[in-house]
Amino acid sequence: MAEIRFIDAIRQALDDELAADPTVTLLGEDITVGGPFGATRDLVDRYGPWRIRNTPISEATVMGVAIGAALSGLRPVVEVMFIDFLTLAMDQLVNHAAKLRFMSGGRLSVPLTVRAQFGASGGFGAHHSQSLEAWFAHVPGLRVIAPSTPGDAYAALRASIRSNDPVVYLEHRSLYWHRGPADGNGSPWTARVVRPGRDLTVISWSRMVHTVLAAATALAVDGVEVEVIDARALSPLDLEPMAASVRRTRRAAVVAESVVTGGLGAEVAAALTSAAFDALDAPVLRIGAPFTPPPAGPELEAQFVPSVDRIIAELRTLAIGVTGP
Amino acid sequence: MTSGRAIMSRMAPDPIDLLRRMWRIRAFEEKVSELYAAGRIKGLLHLGIGQEAIAVGAATSLSPGDVVFGTHRTHAHALAMGADPMRLMAELAGRSTGYAGGKGGSMHLAIPEIGFVTATGVVGGGIPLALGAAFASRVLGRDSIAVAFFGDGAGQTGSFHESLNLAALWQLPVIFFCENNGYAEFTPLSAHTPIERLAVHAATYGIPAATVDGNDIIEVHAAVTDAAARVRAGEGPRFIEALTYRLRGHYEGDPAKYRELAELANWRAKDPLAVLRARLERDGTLDAEGPAVTGLEAEARSAVDAATAVALAAPPPGPDDLRADVLEGRLADG
Repeated sequence: MAEIRFIDAIRQALDDELAADPTVTLLGEDITVGGPFGATRDLVDRYGPWRIRNTPISEATVMGVAIGAALSGLRPVVEVMFIDFLTLAMDQLVNHAAKLRFMSGGRLSVPLTVRAQFGASGGFGAHHSQSLEAWFAHVPGLRVIAPSTPGDAYAALRASIRSNDPVVYLEHRSLYWHRGPADGNGSPWTARVVRPGRDLTVISWSRMVHTVLAAATALAVDGVEVEVIDARALSPLDLEPMAASVRRTRRAAVVAESVVTGGLGAEVAAALTSAAFDALDAPVLRIGAPFTPPPAGPELEAQFVPSVDRIIAELRTLAIGVTGP
Repeated sequence: MTSGRAIMSRMAPDPIDLLRRMWRIRAFEEKVSELYAAGRIKGLLHLGIGQEAIAVGAATSLSPGDVVFGTHRTHAHALAMGADPMRLMAELAGRSTGYAGGKGGSMHLAIPEIGFVTATGVVGGGIPLALGAAFASRVLGRDSIAVAFFGDGAGQTGSFHESLNLAALWQLPVIFFCENNGYAEFTPLSAHTPIERLAVHAATYGIPAATVDGNDIIEVHAAVTDAAARVRAGEGPRFIEALTYRLRGHYEGDPAKYRELAELANWRAKDPLAVLRARLERDGTLDAEGPAVTGLEAEARSAVDAATAVALAAPPPGPDDLRADVLEGRLADG
């Protein structure tokens, strides 16, 4: 099976949708020169400056333009370079894109995809490193998706563009150079077991899936078998596979890069507790960042982002009393 | 009504027809006010009584395929574009037969089939949406144009200035239509900005602008007809500022004590329906006592009464309706 880099999977998905559907249109800062990571490289040469539309630094209005265009026959893909800058477009995204289907009683739909980087890496500091996925998952009418592999990145982006709902598509920049199979794994809107295990269930998404897999490999040496689930879609969450896993393993953790307080981990933990309370041998554990803004310096950033070692230590505690098969 | 609007755009407006259209809106909004006062409908209702010449003057200047985006004060825009008063009233009353089945209410009307795409409860929030429609028109090679209605309060938002810049930069087929009624909520414009005429902002971005008497429908119609032709011809965006006044408070229930009674009386004398009627009498095109004029009000009120009776008698939404239309094809929490 052909291997592809995550960033190239994104570019390929954009290219393929642009080729397949003349209403697909890209808008964003610097996209005609490819953007900072080359996600839109050369696309303007193929599709022209109207469908690959470079924008000024006017996030609120660009988002509104994309929504208005989505109401008028286009399928826009807006690139907002960092999730931190989506704060500037929140009115349009939350008050308009998310609600227009509902407010119109289904007379309108907003087939809009918003691409944004999120997460901490490289010491970019507090305005270029946040994990704000819970904000968007809290809004009825938005879909949120955060793929972890190149194959899922490709499938999820194509599915997002084809969705008639507005989708917030989140990319962790530290994944851009990851290589993996180009093919996706079933519907990207579903959760997927990426490593089976009998002792613990760990739910994660995007970059943290890989950190959790590294921790699971280490724990397996000690005989603790971790089942790792990639949530993939963050809204709506695909809770049933998570609950089914927890009913078997009886212990669960959610690992996310966002701050723990008020995060999606709390939502997943509460949902699993409701769905499988009788099966649980321990409270659902949440692992994430401390309740601070993301720091810039390398040592501080390493403390902020959940590490393999920290996840191993916390899962070991959760696994105390696991008796094996 | 859509076809009537289209036909009118290609000829000089029939003044009697303009007066009839304004009366239909006036009668509708006065009925809304009456029903609200009687507790028969609820909600946050912003009436545009006194501003009818703008909506009708603009709508009758557009062509089929053109689209408008409204504001929080938007019943007139929707009705002028051809909305069915029964379905609009049903929406205000939260009935299942309303345009959005009661989910949208007064500020969130969406009637795309008549070119009224949607409105917004967020001041300034609709302007970028109109640019988006204009952008789509450009990308898809259509010759339709978009109109963004907004009030003077929107002139101090970031979206307004970003949108002027973007529309000028991309030469989008859009008309910025500022309904300057002198008040943003409870506060006069002079307390919000040192800029007296918002049209001057357009000059910063190289957008041609005109300021017109928003209570004179003939002036509004001429300005929009000219702007629409130029925008459609690819000359880029245009800006129209119409000076007007709302004769009611900011919303129903607002006693509007922040305004001088003399100011209100002065504007009552410039009521757009009276202005048109006086103009026609002056021109000799109209016999003020003739049946063509006196019948318009009665006809409008009786049509609104009939629409209201049907609207209020309709059933409320069903038990699953709340959870529908959040995402496509699934019920929320399902």
